[in-house]
Amino acid sequence: MDLGPFLFLAFLEGTVTAFVLALTALGLSLVFGVMRIVNVAHGEFFMLGAVLAWVCSSLIESSALAGFALALFVAPIVVGAIALATDWGILKRVKYNPESTIVATIGLLYIIQQLVLSFYGPEARPVAAPIYFRVSFPWFGYSGYKLVVAVLSAAVLLASWYGISRTRLGLYMRATQQDMEMAQAFGVPVRRVYATVFVLGAMLAAMAGVLIVPVQQAHYLMGLDPLLLSFIVVIIGGLGSLKGTVVAAFVIGISDGMISVFFSPTLAKILATLLVAAVLVIRPTGLFGEDTA
Amino acid sequence: MNRRLTHKVLLLHLSIVAGLFLAQFFLPEYHHTNLARIMVLATFAAGYNVLFGYTGLMSLGHAMFFAAGMYATGLSVYYLDFGALSAFFLGIAAAAAVAVLFGLFALRTSGVSFLIVTMMFGQACYLTILYFNTITLGDQGFTLSNNLAPLEIGQQQFAFSNPSVKFNGAWILFSISFVLSMVIAASPLGRVLVAIRENDERTKLLGYNTYLYKLMALVVSGSIAGAAGAGYALLFSYVGASFAAILYSIYPLLWTLLGGAGTTLGPLIGTGTMFYLIDIASGYTTAYLFVVGGSLLILVLWFPKGIVGSIRDRWIKWLP
Repeated sequence: MDLGPFLFLAFLEGTVTAFVLALTALGLSLVFGVMRIVNVAHGEFFMLGAVLAWVCSSLIESSALAGFALALFVAPIVVGAIALATDWGILKRVKYNPESTIVATIGLLYIIQQLVLSFYGPEARPVAAPIYFRVSFPWFGYSGYKLVVAVLSAAVLLASWYGISRTRLGLYMRATQQDMEMAQAFGVPVRRVYATVFVLGAMLAAMAGVLIVPVQQAHYLMGLDPLLLSFIVVIIGGLGSLKGTVVAAFVIGISDGMISVFFSPTLAKILATLLVAAVLVIRPTGLFGEDTA
Repeated sequence: MNRRLTHKVLLLHLSIVAGLFLAQFFLPEYHHTNLARIMVLATFAAGYNVLFGYTGLMSLGHAMFFAAGMYATGLSVYYLDFGALSAFFLGIAAAAAVAVLFGLFALRTSGVSFLIVTMMFGQACYLTILYFNTITLGDQGFTLSNNLAPLEIGQQQFAFSNPSVKFNGAWILFSISFVLSMVIAASPLGRVLVAIRENDERTKLLGYNTYLYKLMALVVSGSIAGAAGAGYALLFSYVGASFAAILYSIYPLLWTLLGGAGTTLGPLIGTGTMFYLIDIASGYTTAYLFVVGGSLLILVLWFPKGIVGSIRDRWIKWLP
């Protein structure tokens, strides 16, 4: 087999990674954009989504599709509820101070990790794909489920775009992002917008976790990689810029997939971090970011 | 000479240094080893405190400096048969070099971006150690006991396997970093760093090049952290990638917060308290991450000034 098919395979892998990464990073970016805080436990919400998908699939063992559908419904709700409790119990109390929030969410990260380790265990557990078919290309067959992941992610991304740009909630969110005090003066319920955005961000991560779990097994430490990649994406794209987040997710996702196929996933993450260093030299605020400091 | 370095302050610091030295004659063996370890880790926290406590820059990637010191020292002993002292200074130099390089990029960002960037580079450093596993032996770790010659000073030989050498090595390391923190806190440099913490823009307006000062703070902080890493490798004879992992970037933050950020005593108190909290907790459960996560949450919600910070607020106002 010569280079062409390899490149194509790497490109496919990268595209699937990119879609899932876009979902995860969008949640992080949304929370930062509107609330000006960074949620370090974001990767753990992703991990919880994956673990809950395993729980759902083992509840309904007869049908992988039913288990998956249940997970797609249950995981975002459970994780959203945890996020709501976090917002009410922790974030509101530290008045959304950026540094306190980061310390608090690091605390939350270890608590969630330990909870999953204690109750779910240290094993990586596989979840069967809800639908199994192969797409055959002239050179190799490709798991059809991975393409389903890309399509579903694209649908969620589109829905998010619609929600942000065409609905009242989206208007509130954009108003809060531009000027929180002014928005409040115009009657935007800022506190409720904060809670909603935090919950939605967590739900996006959980959904990404559910989608990825048939490809990648559920494990209590799996949240770190998506967190790191999401950080890379939001810094390159510009903190708070949704367009930047999606564009950067594709750049990083596809290059990550390519380098992972040809060399190693570890090298891909190191190179992506070096790319961040390069971007910081040229534009400290990221490619699409406005000055947020 | 300096109004802030009063006799009271000097006396307090010197008596703590002396007290730690005397402790080795009274402590039972188990706590003797623990205190040696605590002093090395408190050095790491003291380095972190220069950046976080005094300059107000929170880093989530300090493990990279600790690991730079640890690996430069460890690898030079393991492969090149360096002596303990030259390996130790190589460790500090490596950490300082990493700090300069990192600072040139990371300090271009500020606020939340800086935090994210530190975490990212810290993790990249960890992955780099794993990636070059054939050289660094990262995931297994390695010991130095077969390669490290005893330290010779004059006619005396000091073998690092001797508990008393471990203790006094750790004591010297900590005492230097402790006195250095005291001097920095009292010096004009320290006052500028605090001014940057309180208000970066105003400090700039007063004519200080805050970028350079921040870079300086980062390099001092990283070098002390690197010295701790180098000391750890020599005294406890172990080098492993787990010390570069994210948890070892969170620990110094936790220790400093618990002890009191921006106090010279905080790192030691915080490290000691946390060490024994985890030690006691692990007698009951393996779930020690609850202790780490729970303490972070409690500190942020109800106890943001830490132990020494609260004491300073209520009772002893002159603590540096």
